Amino acid sequence: MPAARRALKDILAGGIFIALGLAFAFGALAYSIGTPLRMGPGYVPLVLGGLLAILGVAVIVKGFMAGEGEEIGTPDWRAVILVAAALFFFGITVRGLGVVGALFGASLMAALARSQTSWKEALAIAIGITVLSVVIFIFALQLRLPLVGPWIPV
Amino acid sequence: MELFDNLALGIETAVRLENLLYCLIGVVLGTAVGVLPGIGPTATIALLLPITFNFPPVSALIMLAGIYYGAQYGGSTTAILINLPGESSAAVTAIDGHEMARKGRAGVALAAAAIGSFIAGTVATIVIVLFAPPLSAVALTFGSQEFFSLVVLGLIASIALARGSTVKALAMIVLGLLLGTVGQDTYTATPRFVFGVRELYSGINFVSVAVGMFGVAEILRNLEDERTRKLITHKIAGLWPTREDFRRMVGPVARGTAIGSGLGVLPGAGHVLASFGSYSVEKRLSRRKQEFGHGAIEGVAGPESANNAAAQTSFIPLLTLGVPANPVMALMLGALIIHGITPGPNVINDEPALFWGLIVSMWIGNFFLVLLNLPLIGIWVKMLAIPYKILFPVIIAFASIGTYSLGLNAWDVFMIAFFGVLGYALVKVGCEPAPLLLGFVLGPLLEDHLRRSLIISRGDLLTFVERPVSAGLLALAVVALALAVLPAIRKKREVVFANEDDL
Repeated sequence: MPAARRALKDILAGGIFIALGLAFAFGALAYSIGTPLRMGPGYVPLVLGGLLAILGVAVIVKGFMAGEGEEIGTPDWRAVILVAAALFFFGITVRGLGVVGALFGASLMAALARSQTSWKEALAIAIGITVLSVVIFIFALQLRLPLVGPWIPV
Repeated sequence: MELFDNLALGIETAVRLENLLYCLIGVVLGTAVGVLPGIGPTATIALLLPITFNFPPVSALIMLAGIYYGAQYGGSTTAILINLPGESSAAVTAIDGHEMARKGRAGVALAAAAIGSFIAGTVATIVIVLFAPPLSAVALTFGSQEFFSLVVLGLIASIALARGSTVKALAMIVLGLLLGTVGQDTYTATPRFVFGVRELYSGINFVSVAVGMFGVAEILRNLEDERTRKLITHKIAGLWPTREDFRRMVGPVARGTAIGSGLGVLPGAGHVLASFGSYSVEKRLSRRKQEFGHGAIEGVAGPESANNAAAQTSFIPLLTLGVPANPVMALMLGALIIHGITPGPNVINDEPALFWGLIVSMWIGNFFLVLLNLPLIGIWVKMLAIPYKILFPVIIAFASIGTYSLGLNAWDVFMIAFFGVLGYALVKVGCEPAPLLLGFVLGPLLEDHLRRSLIISRGDLLTFVERPVSAGLLALAVVALALAVLPAIRKKREVVFANEDDL
């Protein structure tokens, strides 16, 4: 197996660390850095961002020296997108649609994230979860959230 | 004897029938809400807090303590069964506890957690009674330098938590530290890395990070696995620990209790360091190192005992110094203030019935917890029998509503999605989430004490090695790092030369 292939996991991991480290370090430059005696808000993120980038390089180097060569496997894009969408949907609509609408939409998207689940099953799951959550959180735990929000004219 | 007078006063207060009842109700409610998937201890306590407002202060606090233990145990249950720790210290339990559950030993893991917690709770109660005044005096002598060094040691020790490479674990810690800097800088109030989002000024919510990195990332991984190959079927191999299991639990429980009682006293993140520390110690001492990360009972019994002992002794800084050690303690602080009690050195003298009653009721709470949960283990384990296609949307829905209820902040929910995807990506490239979580929790503490120490020492970095306690802690950190790195290098060299993978 070629070295680059064997180190693929480590190259990707190192890449994530380098990218995030540099992003934090450059972001930190926008704030005042200060001196060790009086550190500004940018001092610690700058140092840590640099350190993270260096560790990222180390991960890649080590990958080339002794990569384990395990398969990564294709990500389940449908699951990633639908699960993230479910959470965003809840956050965006909970005020406007109210708890019932936000929960129903979010659990429907979440249920559909599993590719083997059919539309009918997903609908049933979403209705069940909405009823269960309303009973637990609104009626039993008295959480003060509106069941129906201002977006839905009653 | 003052000690026995104190204890007698405490027992007298706690065993009053109505207080026993409040304690029991607290434990039941805390456990019931805490085991809901996606609802961790912080969310549980926040949800149940308003119920206690109508009671007299002593009863309210006793009930709250019951809720706290119930919630914590409930949190450990979901950590073990579905890899969903709602709190930083339960993240350690999830590592081996969930592996045990996957191997059909969920009942044993739950029993180990309950029994370990009870023993640790009993010992820690005695520790509080004996040492509360002197221990808080010791914690008071710790300066910023010592705290900084202690946090460094804790972070380095957490490398032992990760299964894979040391460098990746270090990088995950640093990434966690960086994520901890998001929000307003405490010294200059400059908002950092908030991209103009006002909701991020107070920082990223810990619950979002934990639920995303562990819960959602795990769901994504399971969905991918299910698509390509069959999910592991959960065969349950017996609920009760065997004689061998009990034998293996004794040492970890004893050591975990000692570590937890000691570290819990330190104001700030003591209980997190306790469970992480206990895990590292057990992994070092064990003759079955290779089992850690694959369902070692020591990895559940030790940290759970440490966690519970520390949960108990962390009331010492709260009650004596008024310093909340973690988000849960911050909620307790809020509850105390609502009841007109200002936590601080005066509580023990001004309100002796409350102070000692609370401490005794902690033990009673632990007792109820075991009584309640050992028979219920069978029911909790049934949670695994819920078909996954129903369980995972439930987790997502409950996590959304639970996290949203904490601060009515939609960004807390968005952040779950962000950390879920980030966690999934990082796990896929071989990085474990536990060290990141610890870095995230301890990051603000580390930066605060670093900056404060350097202001005190006029910018002299040598201050950390000039103070003996601080120097000792840093020396331990260096040793721990060397211990972690050296075998890894040696093993990798062997791998390279022998061209075979010996995991």
